[in-house]
Amino acid sequence: MAERLRVNPIACEAHGMCAELLPEMISLDEWGYPIIDEHPIPPELAELARRAAQACPTFALLIQRDRPRG
Amino acid sequence: MSSAPTFEAAPGGRAPVARLPRLLDGVPAQGAMSLRTHLNTHGELPLPGRRDRRGPDALIDQIEQAGLSGRGGASFPMARKMRAVSGARGKPIVVVNATEGEPASLKDRTLLETLPHLVLDGAVLAARAIGAEEVILCVCESAGAGLERCAQAQSERSRLGNEWPRVVLTAAPEGYIIGHESALVSHLNGKPAKPTFSPPMLFERGVRRRPTLVNNAETLAHVALIARHGPRWFRELGIAGQPGSTLVTLSGPVAYPGVYEIEYGASLTSLLEAAGGTTAASRAALFGGYAGGWVDGHLLSGVALSDEHLAPHGVSLGAGVVLLLSESACPVAEIVRVARWLARQSAGQCGPCVHGLDSIAGTLEQLADGTRDRHYSQRLAELVALTAKRGACSHPDGAVRFVTSALRVFEHELADHARHGPCDACASSREMPLPARASRARAA
Repeated sequence: MAERLRVNPIACEAHGMCAELLPEMISLDEWGYPIIDEHPIPPELAELARRAAQACPTFALLIQRDRPRG
Repeated sequence: MSSAPTFEAAPGGRAPVARLPRLLDGVPAQGAMSLRTHLNTHGELPLPGRRDRRGPDALIDQIEQAGLSGRGGASFPMARKMRAVSGARGKPIVVVNATEGEPASLKDRTLLETLPHLVLDGAVLAARAIGAEEVILCVCESAGAGLERCAQAQSERSRLGNEWPRVVLTAAPEGYIIGHESALVSHLNGKPAKPTFSPPMLFERGVRRRPTLVNNAETLAHVALIARHGPRWFRELGIAGQPGSTLVTLSGPVAYPGVYEIEYGASLTSLLEAAGGTTAASRAALFGGYAGGWVDGHLLSGVALSDEHLAPHGVSLGAGVVLLLSESACPVAEIVRVARWLARQSAGQCGPCVHGLDSIAGTLEQLADGTRDRHYSQRLAELVALTAKRGACSHPDGAVRFVTSALRVFEHELADHARHGPCDACASSREMPLPARASRARAA
């Protein structure tokens, strides 16, 4: 099943670490909050995505498996 | 918004369509319908008897066949929601969301104040169907009459001796954001009345970590009638994709603004006739509520009231709000006021909602003053894209929907203000209702 990035917008405090660590999939808006690429994380970026999630000071960057529909 | 119910019966008692009203059948002009009258009007509460071989969840099948969807705004299929909750681990809880923070909606308040037994019936039936042992009915602090009448209704029902599970009445803090079910559940858990991040989904873990079914009051009132008359009866009104009847709060330049029951697919014209006709021309109509969208005035004669019919206009019925804006109002002034109010309703938790809605309202304010440069539409489009779908709840999405449709329908009026500044009607235009006190989502 595909893995995707997701932000917990309540937890996010716009530190911006994620965009530095994973610019391929994350940019920042004019207020510093992440805009994420919602496509499945390509395998070559999986490890970098994991590191970006771990580096978030508020644990607001999540990697989620697609939920089975139903 | 006044706390008095503004329900007006159709003049002459003539319903817009045959076989209506259903929910509003025999609705008293003053006070609440008594239990005796309620039972005479609708029949006994159909609780499955001992010899009934179908389980209590047979009601879920009936609701599914009826095609009942939620009446709180999102139109989610009721049976699917019930199945999700009853399939989750643990004893569930039912929450009746009658907080109705939507400024242009009065239907839930009307139901609680005039027909509390319908809501209580539905809540108890739904709770039994999913195996819940508790129902929490939440009414806004300001709607004291509704709370009182529900308490009265409960004491009447205690004589029946079959009131199980018990229904706990609670006053919820004032506000718009508490209408979002996760905010209400958070409040009931003793935390701030603010939306929460999911997962966990409420059907898995809600009030006191139990699977929680949150329903709008009107949805449960329909359950009370589906349990009595069955799905076929329910589908005799409405259209295939949206069966049954629904409550609509009609406001604006009509003779009798108020709460009406219509069948899905009824023409707007028939609703306006039932309301005694229009008293002035309408520039546009807002459908769904302040998270809804606008339709231009000269398209209104062809509008039918169902999501299917409204979809080509880019709007839906939402929580059943139909608000006509008269020709004498200034749409720009109205939009600016509501956009600022919506920005203030943000719970303040998610950056894009806080900054996005504030910037949208600020840009609109500058535009209305004529102090914004010509590039406002590009800037607003940018802000809309930065704000939508980036919050933990749907509040920013609804606010953006409202603004986006206004940009389309009032394009000329907006351009006019941007060029020439405020118009003559700007200062006095106050048609769209807003709560008197600035109500913010607040900590419990």
